[in-house]
Amino acid sequence: MLKCFDFYSKLIMSTALLIKGLKKTYANQLEALKGIDLCVDHGDFYALLGSNGAGKTTVIGIICGLLNKTSGSIKVLGFNQSNHVNQVKKLIGLMPQEFNFNPFEPVEEILINQAGYYGIAKSKAKIQAELLLKEVDLWEKRFDMAKSLSGGMKRRLMLARALIHQPKILILDEPTAGVDVKIRHSIWRFLSKLNRQGMTIILTTHYLGEAELLCRNVAILNKGKVIKQTSMKALLSQVDKQVLILESLTQLPQTITSDRFKCERLDDHSLQVVLNTDISITSVLHNLDTQGVSVDYIHSAQNRLETLFLYLTNKEK
Amino acid sequence: MWISYKTIVIKEILRFSRIWVQTIFPPIITTSLYLLIFGGLMGKRIGDMQGVDYLHYIIPGVILMTVITNSYTNTVTSFFLAKFNHSIEELLVAPVSYWVILLGYVSGGVSRGFAVGLGVSIAMSIFIDFEINNILIVLIIFLFTSILFSLAGFINAIFAQSFDDISIVPTFVLMPMTYLGGIFYNVEILPQFWQNISKFNPIYYMVDSFRLGFLGVSTSEFWVSILVLLSIIIVLAIFAFYLLKKM
Repeated sequence: MLKCFDFYSKLIMSTALLIKGLKKTYANQLEALKGIDLCVDHGDFYALLGSNGAGKTTVIGIICGLLNKTSGSIKVLGFNQSNHVNQVKKLIGLMPQEFNFNPFEPVEEILINQAGYYGIAKSKAKIQAELLLKEVDLWEKRFDMAKSLSGGMKRRLMLARALIHQPKILILDEPTAGVDVKIRHSIWRFLSKLNRQGMTIILTTHYLGEAELLCRNVAILNKGKVIKQTSMKALLSQVDKQVLILESLTQLPQTITSDRFKCERLDDHSLQVVLNTDISITSVLHNLDTQGVSVDYIHSAQNRLETLFLYLTNKEK
Repeated sequence: MWISYKTIVIKEILRFSRIWVQTIFPPIITTSLYLLIFGGLMGKRIGDMQGVDYLHYIIPGVILMTVITNSYTNTVTSFFLAKFNHSIEELLVAPVSYWVILLGYVSGGVSRGFAVGLGVSIAMSIFIDFEINNILIVLIIFLFTSILFSLAGFINAIFAQSFDDISIVPTFVLMPMTYLGGIFYNVEILPQFWQNISKFNPIYYMVDSFRLGFLGVSTSEFWVSILVLLSIIIVLAIFAFYLLKKM
């Protein structure tokens, strides 16, 4: 009996988020969620993917208490959301898709006010705000009105705000939308650091490369249903083809053929190769070498996860 | 809960204080003009009202008018903007109860009503000699009035879908109610029918009791005014809470 209790308590503690049969029908009768089940482990970096209108933001809105569910249950670190609304809210930090701060408030004040809503005293909030603003490189802008920040800075401000109450679970809805490459990479580094420190992170993004790079597990939503929920590794292993662009500094021969892979000459110096995953790149390069093609650069023509995502979501249509 | 409430109130006070040129200064100018034109220039020709010279007679009503307008405007603008720029979500994702949100915004409205009311009173005291008959009555009526209209502004903000919606009620409902509530005249000078209609206007009870606090003259019983105002506040608070929860 005790062992059984121990097993279940460990299971609850190891699960950061457990969603069962979650349904949401809006007032206009739009059925946004048709009974979804999700399980996110404690300390996981989890991708929640889906096309526009798949129901990602609705799921997030319900988890964070911004929307009411029609039916189903949500447990956050063992707390049932229906009975422990405030405990659940304290455990979650949300960085939403849209900018949702008062643009006429100074940066530091936005963070301190948010901490205040969570019941954190101003003296303590100031210390935490300084730490976070330095981390997201906004300390110099702390007295500036939020409206004067650039798009990337606004995103980082929302990230800092989501972390001000030191949540256990961080939910990011399109965190790098409209952000330049440099800032995107700095955000990725910061998120990876948080995850290594033990924070559970749930990410929704349209940049599938981002999900592939950061996340260990993934769920794909389509038209209000979970159509895939597995590890990123297992999902990517389903990709049976890859497309490569090969570039040569010397001019390519007019005709290049192979019976083991598809080959298309794009211009005098570049070549597109489509090959099954059971064919090694070394054998492709060897084959091309015999035809007088010397390859100087190789890069992937498409994101693997993107290929799979399109396949899975189109299959459901 | 206390920290959350304090945070909302301070945020609200800072909001209207930062733009004092738009929020606090104009009512002081407008009210001074009202008193100069209606009280100082025209008042001499009007004579006394309820045994008080006209300039002094309109002081309580004019102060209360600024309290009504500013309490209402503060909550309706602030809450509608929070809805409009989605910053209301900062509160909704946090463990803040709906009562605390409501109380915070209403306290913000009361604070602006107090700031403007005090500013107008100080500005008037520079030009006009006046004494307050009963400060306790003045403070009670000020508090009830600003709470009532902060709640009304909050309800307007929940319903509002556009900036037009937050100006329709003050223009077409609030302003006529204020002017017909006896700010510039004694309701008893109206024909009986309109006197009876005035009794359905809550502003009549506010102005009448405020005048009692300032000048010691009134046309209705103080306890009736308190009862009317308290009842309306309770109904509005429950309705605002219900709407906020449903939002």
